[in-house]
Amino acid sequence: MTLSASLDTAVLDQWPDSHGRYGPFGGLYVPETLMPAILELDTAYREARQDPAFQQRFLALCREFAGRPTPLYYAAKLSALVGGARVYLKREDLAHTGAHKINNALGQGLLAQRMGKRRIIAETGAGQHGVASAAVAAMLGMECVVYMGTEDMRRQALNVYRMRLLGAEVRGVESGSRTLKDAITEAMRDWVTTVQSSYYLLGSALGPHPYPLMVRDFQSIIGREAREQILAQEGRLPDALIACVGGGSNAVGLFYAFRHDPVRLIGVEAGGRGISSGEHAARFSDPQLGRIGVLHGTRTYVLQNMDGQIAATHSVSAGLDYAAVGPEHAYWMSIGRAEYTYATDTEALEAFQLTCRLEGIIPALESAHAIAGVLKLAPQMAPETVLIANLSGRGDKDIHTVAEALGQDPEKV
Amino acid sequence: MPEISLRGSTAHGPARQSDRLAGMFESFRRRGRKALMPYMTTGYPKLDSLEQFVPAAAEAGADMFELGIPFSDPLADGATIQHATQVALENGVTVPYCLESARRLRQRHGVTAPFVFMGYFNPILQYGLERFAGDAIAAGVDGLIVPDLPPEESEELYNACNSAGLNLIFMLAPTSTSERVKLACQLGSGFLYLVSLTGVTGARTTLPETLESFVARVRQETSLPLAVGFGISSGALAQRVATIADGVIVGSAVVQRTSSGNVETVVAFIQELRRGIDQAGSPAS
Repeated sequence: MTLSASLDTAVLDQWPDSHGRYGPFGGLYVPETLMPAILELDTAYREARQDPAFQQRFLALCREFAGRPTPLYYAAKLSALVGGARVYLKREDLAHTGAHKINNALGQGLLAQRMGKRRIIAETGAGQHGVASAAVAAMLGMECVVYMGTEDMRRQALNVYRMRLLGAEVRGVESGSRTLKDAITEAMRDWVTTVQSSYYLLGSALGPHPYPLMVRDFQSIIGREAREQILAQEGRLPDALIACVGGGSNAVGLFYAFRHDPVRLIGVEAGGRGISSGEHAARFSDPQLGRIGVLHGTRTYVLQNMDGQIAATHSVSAGLDYAAVGPEHAYWMSIGRAEYTYATDTEALEAFQLTCRLEGIIPALESAHAIAGVLKLAPQMAPETVLIANLSGRGDKDIHTVAEALGQDPEKV
Repeated sequence: MPEISLRGSTAHGPARQSDRLAGMFESFRRRGRKALMPYMTTGYPKLDSLEQFVPAAAEAGADMFELGIPFSDPLADGATIQHATQVALENGVTVPYCLESARRLRQRHGVTAPFVFMGYFNPILQYGLERFAGDAIAAGVDGLIVPDLPPEESEELYNACNSAGLNLIFMLAPTSTSERVKLACQLGSGFLYLVSLTGVTGARTTLPETLESFVARVRQETSLPLAVGFGISSGALAQRVATIADGVIVGSAVVQRTSSGNVETVVAFIQELRRGIDQAGSPAS
């Protein structure tokens, strides 16, 4: 399959505009108290973006602190199993702190330092962004407060302890569904109160402008590396990229460098217990609940009821368990540049186990959704097809969730 | 300087807005009275609680009402209003119900005080901006406050409110730059909502020392009435605010008194606030 010939990808580079819009999506829907800080952040980031010294420091820390570049690994046994494509895994699980989240945490941490902020606020779902933020704050000598839903703290106890070891204060959030959405809301409340002294280090490509832009920029190192690596290893571009999409930072990070190439971009959302159950986080796949709305400062596809109240979401993976998707994904979907599918909890758990046994890699449950996408799509592809899946994080944090889902007890094996 | 500005701003004061608000502030200005505006969450603690509270509070000295439309993720609100909106949603409150509730307060209970809706953007967006503005006017509502809609994003709603004749009320915060104060003064109608402190809603025992200079800073830019809210929890704080502002907005502290459903508790607190406001002197020079 090839890209629609009618799509001129040059349009992608027009966005975001100065209002943080991606077509009809994005923007900055925040209380007035935060507006001056958002505008200050926008200005500071635009300056940093043009500053070679800032970019060099970011790239040096990506190398020396985060361990980049991460490898592009040919998954021979997975390829043989699907029998329809040569499958490569972009090994973000090998980055420091165990996921792609470190790229953005480093970039924004440096920006916070440049802006003279001494305190970092972050939210976390699976805990990976919280751990990355805590590590960067420790390295830069900043105070770090991480908001996390208590349901996620239960699911990701290991990451909670990891954040505390790194010197961060983890604050449990009891409101709503006690997951990522509620953690973001609470982090924004903290920011409204401490805006003069604190930097809000948002972890995904969502929220008000300029966050989707910053997060995409810092994460796009993934795709730049992968593009060079695949050209070196295969001598050609891939046919398709596959990544899981919660807010969408690992996906946009992988996709961005390939946006003008004839490469299919495929996002995999969390299908939870199935679309018809209503218990999922598949914003693009449920026309009833997934409609254009505004949540956490951005206009995008949001799971909501008919009255505009945000829906409770469900996914076995805490990192994908969120009601809204990043606005750039909404835009790319709307113009047909990227396509989106979903994997259910069951499919993700199967892909998780398969990746462990077949490739000797324990993927994060989030990343297991991308692998589940590979398992669905690759068998339909020609054997010479080249596919890159983003293995966005490692799954050590998920072993208790997996054991629980499989009815096993990891302490008694 | 930030590159962000209001797109296609036609900012020259909205036409034919509901004049209940303007009329009240004008009459109060002549009489030297300061407006007391309690906030109550529609549907809290019981679905139809406002039908008891609002008429009684109006009788006890409240001049206008901020009627809350509950939202699942109220990011500018502290614990008290979060809890109230959560309960209200569990009670089945919807946007249509909020409109119906306001209409009943006007028609069935004969409340003549100005009403202002306070609601987050998404439920209003889903209802339809033009439809909402028109239905709000038809229900007897005079203004709308949307805490997560800064001037930069307000164009669509601004136009919808303008054609319906609904006042769109903008908020200013202590962090607002002078540019932003000017922008809100240009676009706003009815009154300006000054957020007393840098933070979320919630009763406080003190207010920032910089409140007076903040109000004075905005006053220089506009002839619109200025109402101050956030944190005001007692007659004494209401008195301090009434000394400098045209209106005193009391949210969380009122919502706390509504939680038991006891009308006398609400009435007693409104009376305390009223006494405080009426004891306020004229603005310090």
